[in-house]
Amino acid sequence: MTSSMTEPVLSIANLRVAFGARTEAVRGLSLTVGRGKTHCMVGESGCGKSISALSLMNLLPRGATRSADHIRFQGQDLLGLSDREMARLRGDKIAMIFQEPMTSLNPAYTTGSQMAEVFERHRRTTRRQAMDRADELLARVGITAPGMRLGQYPHQLSGGLRQRVMIAMALMCDPELLIADEPTTALDVTVQAQLLRLLQTLQQELGLALLLITHDLGIVARMAHRVSVMYAGQVVESGTVSEVFAAPTHPYTRGLMACIPVPGTTRTGEPLGSIPGVVPRIPPGFVGCGFRDRCDFATPDCAQTVPLRGAGSDHSYLCRLPPDGTRVAAA
Amino acid sequence: MTSMSVPQTMRAERRLPALRHLATLLGALIVGAALLIAIFAPYLVPHDPFAQDLNLRLIPPFWMDGSQPMHLLGTDQLGRDYLSRLIYGTRVSMLIGVLTVIASGLIGITLGILGGFYGGRTDDLVMFLITCRLSIPLILVALTVVALVGSSLTVVILTLGLLLWDRFAVVARATTMQLRSLDYIAAAQAAGASRAHVLLREVLPNIAHHLVVVATLEMALAILLEAALSFLGLGVPPPLPSWGLMIAEAKEYMFFSPWVIMIPGVALFVLVLGINLLGDGLRDMLGAELQR
Repeated sequence: MTSSMTEPVLSIANLRVAFGARTEAVRGLSLTVGRGKTHCMVGESGCGKSISALSLMNLLPRGATRSADHIRFQGQDLLGLSDREMARLRGDKIAMIFQEPMTSLNPAYTTGSQMAEVFERHRRTTRRQAMDRADELLARVGITAPGMRLGQYPHQLSGGLRQRVMIAMALMCDPELLIADEPTTALDVTVQAQLLRLLQTLQQELGLALLLITHDLGIVARMAHRVSVMYAGQVVESGTVSEVFAAPTHPYTRGLMACIPVPGTTRTGEPLGSIPGVVPRIPPGFVGCGFRDRCDFATPDCAQTVPLRGAGSDHSYLCRLPPDGTRVAAA
Repeated sequence: MTSMSVPQTMRAERRLPALRHLATLLGALIVGAALLIAIFAPYLVPHDPFAQDLNLRLIPPFWMDGSQPMHLLGTDQLGRDYLSRLIYGTRVSMLIGVLTVIASGLIGITLGILGGFYGGRTDDLVMFLITCRLSIPLILVALTVVALVGSSLTVVILTLGLLLWDRFAVVARATTMQLRSLDYIAAAQAAGASRAHVLLREVLPNIAHHLVVVATLEMALAILLEAALSFLGLGVPPPLPSWGLMIAEAKEYMFFSPWVIMIPGVALFVLVLGINLLGDGLRDMLGAELQR
C-alpha cells in the first residue's frame, strides 16, 4: 500500500453491509484514501458502490446493517461513534455530493439559505457570516453573480449550476474527505468535463481526499490516483490507475474496458464488448467468485474461495487466474 | 444561463389562475370577510347580541313589511338583534373552524409524517390509528363526549380536534413517502442535519401545500359539525350565538317567521361554500404548479 504516505485520511477494512438475511450488498470492502488523493470506485449499477458510501456516513436505509474491522477517519474509528457524534462529522469534516442535481437541493429554500444552514449548524455563526461564506464558495466553484444565485430557488437553476451549488455546499466547512456519488452522471458531457476539472482543481488546492464513485472508466482514467473495481459487493481489482489500466487482470475489469469505444481504434459497425447478464443478488455466506456466472473463464474451481493475488507493485485482484495473459476460455 | 426574467414569469404564472378563477376569488373574499368580521365583531355589532327586549320579538328583516330600520335583520324570539347575533355567530364558527384545524392538524400531520418517513413498525402503528379513527362514527362519538363532559366551546373544539385528524394523517403520510427517497433528504442528513430538522425543515415545507388544501376541507367540516352539535343542543351552550344554535332556536317559529331559520342557514351555507371554493382553487393552483 502507500507506505510512503503518512496516515491516510480514510481507511476502511473489511466492510460488510447486509440487508436482512437475504442479501449481502457489500462483502469485505477495504480501501484507503490519502490526503490530496482521489480514489475511484467503479462498477456497474447494483454492485454496492453507493451503499458503501452511505454506510461510511452511517446513512444506510432501513433494514441494512453494517459491520467492519474498522472505518478509520483521521485516526478515529467511525464505528464507535454515537449518532450525534456522527451527525457532527457529516457536512463538516466529511461531505457528500449526490448523483441527481435536480433533486438534491430542497425546492422550498433558496440556495443561499440551504448553504448557510450547513455552516451555521457546524460553525455556530450568524446568518450574515454564513451567507458571506456561501457567496465566496459560489464564486470559487465558478458561478458568476453569486449574490444573485444565493437568492434563487433550485428550480431557477440549470442542472450544471445546481451541481456546482452542491459542490460549493459540500465545501462550506472545509471538509477533509469528500464523497462524490456519480456527481456528473446526470449531466451532459460538456458540463461534465467542466465539473470534473473543477473538482480536480479544488481537490489539489484544498488538499481534499476524494472518494469518487462512478461507472465511467473515462472519468477514472482522468481523475483517479487509485481505483477499486467493484463487482457484487467486492473489490475484484484495485491498484494505482496506471497499473490497473496498463494491465487489467480480473476478467470483469477486462470486460468493462472492452465496453468502451475508442475513437480511431473501434471501427464503425464493429460490435462493442458487452458482459452478458446482470449483477447477481448475493446472500450472506456465499463462497467463491461472484462473477463466475458471467465469466468466460469460469471453471468449477471458481466456486471455492478465491485468492487475492498481486499483479504488480501496487496492484491486486481477486481471481484464481494467474496475472499473465495466458488464459483459456472454458467451453 | 437562465436570464433574470425567469423569476418574474414564474411568479406571474402562479398568480394568474387565482385571479382568473372567479370562484377562488369569491371563496377568498368570503373567508377573508368572515375572518375580519370574526376578529372585529365587537366593533361591528349595532346592538348588544345578548340584550333581550320582549317588546321587540320577531321583528322581520328589512326587505319585509313591518321591519324596523334599527334592526336590519330583525330580532329573534327573545327580541335580540339578529344581525348582531349573526356577527357574533361568525366569531364562534371561525373560532371553532380555525382552532379545530390547528388541533387536528397537529395530531394528523405529526402522525402522518412520522409514519411516512420512518415506515416499518411506526407506519403500521400510524395506519392502525388511522383505521381505528375511520371506523369511529364521528357525530355519535362527538355527541356522546359532549353529553358526558358537558357542552362548552372548549369541549367542542377539543372533541372535533381529536376526531378530525384522519385526512391530515393520510395526506401527510402519502406525501412524505414520496419525498423521503429524494436526494435532498439524504443530502440534508449527509450535511449533519438532525432528525427533527429533517422532518420539520426539509419534509414539512414541501408537503405544506397539500396540507393547506386539507385544512380548508376540515375547517368547513368542523364548522358544519359544530352547527349540527349546536342544533342538537350539545354544542355551544346558549346564550352564546352560534349559527347552529340560532337555527335550533328558530325551528319552532319557522312556519310563521321563516326568515329566522333562513338567515343563519344562509350564513352557514355561504361560509362553508366560500371555504370549499377557496380549497378547490388552492388545489387547482398548486396542482398546476406541481405539474411544471
